[in-house]
Amino acid sequence: MQAPRIVVQGFTACFDGKPAVKNLDLEIFPNERLAIIGPASSGKTTFLRSLNRLNDLDHGFTHSGKILHDGKDIYDADVDVAELRRKIGMVYAVPVPLPWSIYDNLVYGLRLAGIRDRTTLDERVEKALGYAVLWDEVKDRLHEPANVLSGGQQQRLCIARVLVLEPDVLILDEPCSGLDPISTGKIEDALVALKERTSIVLVTNNTKQAARASDRTAFFLLGDLVEVGPTAQLFTKPTQKKTNDYLVGQFG
Amino acid sequence: MRVSPATSQRVAVGFMWALAAITFAVLVFILAFILAHGLPHVTWSFLTQSPTSMGREGGIFPMILGTILVAGLAVLVAAPIGVATAVYLTEYTREGRLTAVIRFGADCLAGVPSIIFGLFGFVFFAIALGMGLSVLSGSLTLALMVLPTIIRTSEEAIRAVPYAYREVSFGLGSTRWQTVIHVVLRSAIPGISTGIVLSLGRSISETAAVMLTAGSALRLPRSLFDSSRTLALHFYILAREGISMTNAYATASVLIIAILALNVLSYWLMRRFVAKVGR
Repeated sequence: MQAPRIVVQGFTACFDGKPAVKNLDLEIFPNERLAIIGPASSGKTTFLRSLNRLNDLDHGFTHSGKILHDGKDIYDADVDVAELRRKIGMVYAVPVPLPWSIYDNLVYGLRLAGIRDRTTLDERVEKALGYAVLWDEVKDRLHEPANVLSGGQQQRLCIARVLVLEPDVLILDEPCSGLDPISTGKIEDALVALKERTSIVLVTNNTKQAARASDRTAFFLLGDLVEVGPTAQLFTKPTQKKTNDYLVGQFG
Repeated sequence: MRVSPATSQRVAVGFMWALAAITFAVLVFILAFILAHGLPHVTWSFLTQSPTSMGREGGIFPMILGTILVAGLAVLVAAPIGVATAVYLTEYTREGRLTAVIRFGADCLAGVPSIIFGLFGFVFFAIALGMGLSVLSGSLTLALMVLPTIIRTSEEAIRAVPYAYREVSFGLGSTRWQTVIHVVLRSAIPGISTGIVLSLGRSISETAAVMLTAGSALRLPRSLFDSSRTLALHFYILAREGISMTNAYATASVLIIAILALNVLSYWLMRRFVAKVGR
């Protein structure tokens, strides 16, 4: 297997002194889809938001341990946080298009990165919409307001808005929680194709989705990583009793 | 005797409708009364000529210019300070004692009668800073007066921008400043503009504060250090000193139409802006 893209070493994240993720060790490899499952308040979202330092916005947030991105600790003082967030792109549970046109939503991140050339912008937009399986549905109305799209289209737009930045890692926080099965299927299909060019970390409350749409699965419980392994193995022969209990629906 | 729900509903609706109608009727009556007395005397020469014999004859051109200068400059000074303060309060500090003090100060300032601002402006700008009775003294005084309105309306508008927009913007690699400019202010512009237009209207119609600071010179102001009379003050002097009720009503008509036009124009611009940027 290739060298890991992200190495998490003894990472603990606290809010107002209370740990939400405890002493976590985990590796994320290029071209894999890692699913994270676990009941509410198991630290899944906190972990995701630690990967692109979005937790920094919360004043009560403190952390210890390391998260290495290509060997460099992302919490080092000399890290450009804006650049980091372009490399580790996040998709949220609720699709939030900014109140502009579809096109303006897509090029916003590129413009922030200083890319102004119209041809480059157009090319990147078309490519990203292609990866997010949205191009055919919006190619004729790129300049219409983004909020006229359906919920499923909006979420794929949000994925495209991140992909346009060509991130190393795509992190998704329950991206299908508000979507119908058909929209969910389209997003899962997009993820299959996407792992060719990026690592994917998918937090989901839907264990079936984890089973369908991931290569490895990690099970979090109350801030601890209980078990991580190839998805097929974790779902059929979990090594930990807690994992088995969760998968058969004993709690959570 | 019990009143049936349907009856009480009808009575309540009728009562509220009547109250709303009274409010509207008062407005219409005031407008109609002033316009009926003043509008026939608003001619092209009245708008473009200087007054003679203290305003009994001639026009109001210097007052129109004076009003535009004093009120325009006041908003020009107050808007950037007010919006910047609102951005600082909402985006750059955590809620705490400092923000509470600033907010409390703004609220107190908003409740101070305008004549007090006039007195302060006279003592501070006109005398202490040596600006004299001038357009500059008047506009700076008005700027202080409308500042709290601009701060609080801008703050409300900025707070109404969903937090999720900021998270999305940060997530796409923006700095706080870029988020403030591209996402927060851009979405808050309609609300902020409403506060600014409101302040402009208040500056245009203010009388007491400008009398003490901008003075009441009848001649055309040639620089910001000249004294100048605004339309509202001109109306007050004409009526108060019994110089010419006809010209007083005519001046009031111009003032009312200007403020109505300002509101309609800003409303229209805002609709266009919102339509263009998307809801």
